[in-house]
Order: sequence, then structure tokens, then C-alpha cells
Amino acid sequence: MITTSNQIGKPASRVDGRLKVTGAAKYAGEFNVANLAHGVVVTASIAKGRIKHIDAEEALAVEGVLDVLTHANRGKLASSDDKYKDEIAPDGSPFRPLYDDQVRFNGQPIALVVAEGFEIARFAASLIRVDYEQDAHVTDFEAQRQRTAGGKRPKPTHSRGKAARAFDEAAVRVDAAYSMPVEHHNPMEPYAATAVWEADDAITVYDKTQGPLNCRNYVASVFGMKPDKVRVLSHFVGGGFGSGLRPNYELPLAVLAARALKRSVRVTLTRQQMFTIGYRAANVQELKLGADRNGILASFRHDAVSMTSQFEDFQRSFVSWSSQLYRCPNSELAQRLVKLDVNTPCDMRGPGGTEGIWAIECAMDELAYAANLDPLELRLVNYSDRDQIADKPYSSKALRECYRQAAEKFGWSKRSREPRSMRAGNELVGWGMATGIWEAMQLPASARAVLTANGAVEIASATADIGPGTYTMMAQLAAELLGVPLENVTAKLGDSSLPAAPVEGGSFTTSSVGSAIHAACLEVQKELFGLAQKVKGSPLAGLKLDDVRFADGAIRHKDDASRAVSVADAMRIGKIDRIEKEASASPRADSKYAHSTHSAVFAEVKIDEELGVIRVTRVVSAVAAGRIINPKLAGSQILGAVVGGIGMALHEETVTDQRFGRFMTHNLADYHVPVNADVHAIDVIFVEEPDEEINPLGIKGVGEIGIVGVAAAIANAVYHATGKRVRDLPITLDKLMRE
Amino acid sequence: MAQRSAVARKARERLPAPARMTVSLHVNGVGRKLTIAPWTTLLDALRLKLDLTGTKKGCDHGQCGACTVLVDGRRVYSCLTLAVMKDGAQVTTVEGLAQGDALHPLQQAFVDHDAFQCGYCTPGQLCSAVGLIAEGHARTADEIRELMSGNICRCGAYPNIVAAIEQVMRGSTKAGEAGR
Repeated sequence: MITTSNQIGKPASRVDGRLKVTGAAKYAGEFNVANLAHGVVVTASIAKGRIKHIDAEEALAVEGVLDVLTHANRGKLASSDDKYKDEIAPDGSPFRPLYDDQVRFNGQPIALVVAEGFEIARFAASLIRVDYEQDAHVTDFEAQRQRTAGGKRPKPTHSRGKAARAFDEAAVRVDAAYSMPVEHHNPMEPYAATAVWEADDAITVYDKTQGPLNCRNYVASVFGMKPDKVRVLSHFVGGGFGSGLRPNYELPLAVLAARALKRSVRVTLTRQQMFTIGYRAANVQELKLGADRNGILASFRHDAVSMTSQFEDFQRSFVSWSSQLYRCPNSELAQRLVKLDVNTPCDMRGPGGTEGIWAIECAMDELAYAANLDPLELRLVNYSDRDQIADKPYSSKALRECYRQAAEKFGWSKRSREPRSMRAGNELVGWGMATGIWEAMQLPASARAVLTANGAVEIASATADIGPGTYTMMAQLAAELLGVPLENVTAKLGDSSLPAAPVEGGSFTTSSVGSAIHAACLEVQKELFGLAQKVKGSPLAGLKLDDVRFADGAIRHKDDASRAVSVADAMRIGKIDRIEKEASASPRADSKYAHSTHSAVFAEVKIDEELGVIRVTRVVSAVAAGRIINPKLAGSQILGAVVGGIGMALHEETVTDQRFGRFMTHNLADYHVPVNADVHAIDVIFVEEPDEEINPLGIKGVGEIGIVGVAAAIANAVYHATGKRVRDLPITLDKLMRE
Repeated sequence: MAQRSAVARKARERLPAPARMTVSLHVNGVGRKLTIAPWTTLLDALRLKLDLTGTKKGCDHGQCGACTVLVDGRRVYSCLTLAVMKDGAQVTTVEGLAQGDALHPLQQAFVDHDAFQCGYCTPGQLCSAVGLIAEGHARTADEIRELMSGNICRCGAYPNIVAAIEQVMRGSTKAGEAGR
């Protein structure tokens, strides 16, 4: 464990901040390489069927058009499912762009028009004519959910005690269903790939992705190339939120075209096409909670149904979270999928937890009213110190402290419990709260640290920085561990040729890559310390590595800073001018503990009584997530995630026109996301949570925890304000006005 | 079908691309002459012809604000502006905000307040904020929120964006008052 610290915990500004505010940060679709051709994607206008013919003659006749690639004329692609399976592919048969004549979902890419100029390619793409043999499609989630229900509950994923009986016998009960529509991530940067053609067997691609290595392996596998001949670069990523964890189709299309034309090709998706990639799956969750008159839980049943494609089974756990949060002897949890003629959904910030907790925490609020208890009190009387599915205690769980600090900051004690009992002018005021939880995961990762005699450090790993501040985290950790100022450190990432790292997602980057950085820096420390002890008359002779610290460009005795050998002197003895070490770190295999992050979210809404307009005027989120490397940047993660939660609660919904099986709200005017005027005061609190068990640096990660719980806290506040329980997201004013 | 192929065969003579026009723009203080097709937006002219990729394309429909630049001092969506419409105009992009190595006060405030995460909406936010301050309509945080609502930030950095703009606005007001 690190006891003294010059960098960890410091609110440093982003090390890449200057590049981002001056426009110098280059994103994937911005490399204007020599002899670049532009590709524009044509998508299918039916949801299911077969392409009979693609008439590209008119498009090809436009001056400047180079080629129109389709399934009928494409180059060689791999022909087995396993070649298309990326690092996080779900079970099934991954979609293969331009592979064959089958249309599997509306919006599927079916042709790529490549031209000398972007406008020419876009114009020519509008001239492509497609004849289809259309089949009847199934895209209505709710209709298909009911059709496939079959009267029988799905097989439980977890069961303990006798949940059904305990529910029937309970004095206080909640029996309710909650639903969510399809949501799209809509990062600000559209997916783009600039494929730089080098040779038939070598290519470099600037691709927008959360995992450069995942994409490198995908390209190598799909195109039958040697992995070391493929390089994927992703230095800056204009937001991801999960949509860039798997390779998106701009990548294979750009590579396919570059190989066909033997020149560099860029493919950038339009905003409309951003609605043809992965999304958060629509879902319905049925909860049955039983408790005694004091609110003590006796039964917790949670059934979830979500949508997926016909070709892959994408599913994340919605139902497990109550067993981690609330002590309950009888529980039954079940989940099933409904297959539709749509593209496969994917992870979206807090996948599984965000959806599950929305339902669980609304149901808990309903139970609090049914048992006549304060909602916070209900959480506290059912607090669980164990994960009841893994049957393990937590390595750390400062959730009680989250509740206490957030409630105090929010002023929860001044709340009057009755719905419609608080108002300000012509607005109803509502206060609601919810709990948040997310897994604190760690995956194997590697990093390379290079220390030079002049005190410069380079720290590198093939991870990404989609916005959380990974560059800064890496630089801070290396500066801390090698005892140099932050400005001496250069962090490198977003390059598949760097030491291996997993995709950036799941809140596991800082724990995984951070632990690898710790391991690599420790190797550098060891070598440097060995050299420092060889200096003639070394003031560090006879000491152990534990007795020294690395600070101010020197190795110093922990208790007597004057006993020191400078980095330069140590390297001189070894006749070297740099130390380079690569190391890997993996999570503990044999932990006796469960690892989670937690939050308590309190929200205030003000609702115009006559118009039903909802404003989220205040949110307080207290988070317990182990050691926080940089409270400024971690705070921004929580803040931004709360904004995402506001969108989920009040705005976001992708609507399908079932006649065409197509997402119709496929632009930022019809798909509403929060804008500046929708966001008011948000307070973020990090609750101290030392965790020496989880990994050497005590890191848990904060990417998801900020959004989990927000929608429920707002929904509960809306109920408190109006007395109206809206169980179907988003909570739009028509749902409040409806009798 | 046969008839259509005949038409297509005839079209093989190639459909010509639109005739090009010459446009003069003063971009970040430098005179630039462009020969472009009239369908080229100011956004694509900046990004593709002048390699000024600081200005971002988020939606190409005037719905997100990532492409905001200043044209003759006013903030506009460059994706809804054809370059040929702005012949002779002064265009300022994010690349033109700093004076050499010295960041514009808004750029510095954005870094200090962590007013961005992924950074993709940031150039548009910055140009929009420069325009907002010049307009002089926003006096309170609520007015900043309202008048910055044409620039979406999906990372949700809004409170920090407002804090950064407020700080610069207060600073410039103070400086203005001190000068009086």
C-alpha cells in the first residue's frame, strides 16, 4: 500500500487538456492522409429479407466515384463465426458486414460507395437502388414478450429459501412491473475509421474504439492477416459509453475498401447510422417484494425480460443486485431474452446494473410507502454485509457512510413523507433517493514503464481514453511510483502495438491498467534501487526496497530524506541511461471477498403542477469506490453519469416504427438527451473507503457507479412530488398528465 | 429492368460533378482561397480542405453544436452553412482562439474546471461561449445554461462548462469595470 503520496488523490487537470481545448487532439476520422478516398455507407431499408440486386450503375457513373462495394463483389472475408468473435462477443453468430445477401436488421450496412471526395460519395450513395425480397419481420418487443411468455416463468438464475411462499405470507407487499425503452449511447463523435493502406498484408487503421487491441485482433482474424501486420490506433475517442467496446462496422468496411482499392480510405458513420449499431436493450422487469410490518424483507422476486437480435444472445444481469444490497432469506431471480429482427444490443453505461437498479430501487420506494417507513430507513434496516449470491462478505463497503453523507448534504431530514406535501410557488417539489451498486472488476493487463536518467518517464498500455482521463491517471500513477513531477511523464495509449490491455469499459480500466502500471514501476524501482545500493558509500546500503521511497528524482530513505541517491547517479553506476520494464497484473484468483462500488443518490425535482414539466433541480451523489486517483476527474465521471441518468429518467427513448421495423427517432432532435438547461446543481461526494484486499493500489473504478440509481432516485422524487408512480421510462409529461 | 440498364448504359458517359467555385475566407486571421463545389459546407471545407479538424462534425444537421464556429464574430453551426455563402467572411475556429502559446481565458478555464471529458464537443462549446460572452445577453448561471443549450455534451460536463464560462464572464466584467 502507498502510505505517502505526492500524486495519488491530487485533483490534477487533464494532461491532454491543452490538446482538447486547442483542437489539436486528432480523432479517428480526422487524419487527412495522402491519397485518401472517402467511403459512405448505404444501409438496408427493410428489417428482414434478401437482397435480390443492388443497382450501382448510376452511382458508378458519377465523376469521382471509385467503387461500390457490396456482398456481390467484395474481397475475401473469413467464413466462420469464431473469426468474427471479438473479445467481448456474446454467444451466437456475429454480424458480418457485406458478407452475404441476407438482411438481418433495418439499417444493416449493405454497400459502401467510395469516391475521391466526401460529397461525391454521399451523393452517389443516394443513387444506389436496391431490390429486396422482403420477409415478415418481428421487431415489436412488447408484443413478442407477451407472445413468448407462455404462462411459465423462466428458470431462475438464482434461488434461495422459498420466495413464492414468503411473498404470499408477507404482511406488506409490492407487486409491480417496470419498463424501459431502447436507448442509444450517442457519443458526440460518430464512429469513423481511416484505413491507411500499406501493402496487401499490412494496414494501419485509425479507428474510433474503446479497445484498439480488440479491433486489431478482429481485423487480423476477419481479413486473414498476421496480427503484427495490423495496427489500430485510437488516441482520442469522442465518447463511447459502451458503444465502442465491440468493433463497429466502419472498421471492416474501411479495411475492405482500402484492400480493394489499394489506397487509404475513410469511413465515417452519419448520426442516423449511429442508430444502426449497438444500443441499450428495451426491457420489462417484474418485481414482487414481501416484508413484515417493520419493512424487514422476507421475499425478493425479480423477473427480467430484455430484447436481443436473432443472431446473438446479448444479456447482462439485471436481477442479481438486490441480493448484494438487501438481506433477504427468500429470493428468486430470473431473466430471459426475446429475439427480434434487430441488430444486437450492447453494453451501455452500467449494463445490467443501471436497468436492474432502476426497477429494484423504485420497488423499494414503493415498499417504503407500503410499510410506512422513510425510504432511507427501509434501506438501512435491510442493509446486507454480504453478497448473498456469491455468499461472501465485501472487501469494503462504505455504503452506510454514503447514505449518511449524502442525506446530510441533501437535507433529507427536512423531508415530509406524504406525496404532494412540498411545494414552491406553482411547482410541486419532490425528494427521492436510491442506492447504486456496481461490480469492482479487474482484468489482466500489461504496461511498460521507461525511466531515463534525466527523470523523464514514459508509461504505455494499449488501453483507450474515451473521456474518463486515462492518460492523466496513468501519468499520475507513474509520477507517484517513480517519484517524478507529473509534467515529466508521457502517457501512451490507444495503440494496439503497446502492451496488452482489455477494452476500456466496465469501470475496470483504472484497476486493471493501474495495477499493471504499479507492477511495471515496481520492476523499475527494484532495478534502480539495486543500482543505488552499488554507489560507492551508498547512503542506502543495507536497506530494503520497503525502507525507501521514490521522490524528487531520487531514491530516499523513508524516514530520513537526506539519505538519498539520485536517479542519475544510480544509472551512472549501472552505465545505463534508461530502465525499461514491462509487467502484467491480474486480479486475485482466490479472493474470499466480493468486490463492489456503492452510491447513495438523492434527487430533487420541481414539477409545474398544471403543465407537468419536470426539472431536476438538485442531485447529491455520494460514492464509495475505493481509492480515488484524481478526485477532479473522477468527480467529472460521476457528474456526467448523473447527467446520463437524468436523460434516462426524463428524455431518452428510441422509438421503432413497427411497420418498417426501423428506429425512427434516429437524430439528436428526435432522440432527446439532456442539454445544458436541463442540468442544475449536482454535488458529488467521494466517501473514504480504504481497501487493501482488492488490489495493491486499492482501486475500484468509477465509470458506471455514477449513473446507477439516478433514474430511480428521480422517479421516486416524481412520485413524492405528484403522488403518481410512473413505472415506464422515460417519465415524460404526458405520462404525468394522463389520468 | 432491361429499360433501366439501357438508361444506365447511357449514363456511363459519367455524371459530371458540380462546377467548382472560388471562395475567399479569412480563417483565424489568414486569407484562404478555396475552389470548391457549392454543396460543400463550411464545416467540411474547414475539416477536409483546410485540415482544420478542430471543428467537429457530430450530427451534420444543426442539432448538436459540435461544429460551432464564429463567422464575423457571431456563433454559427458550420454544418448548416455552405462555404460559398460566406465569401469574404472572417471565420474563427477553435484553432484561432489561443494567442500563440497563451490559451484564451475560456480555454484555460475549461481545463481548470474540467469542463470536458472526451473533448469532442469542446471546440464547439468554446466557440459558442466566446460568442455568448460577446452577445452580452447572459448574466446569470441560468441564462448561460439556456444560451449554451445549442451545444450538446454527451459526457455531461455541463455544470463545469457553466462554471468555466461564469468565471471568465466575471473576470471580463471586473476587468471592464476596473477600466471605467
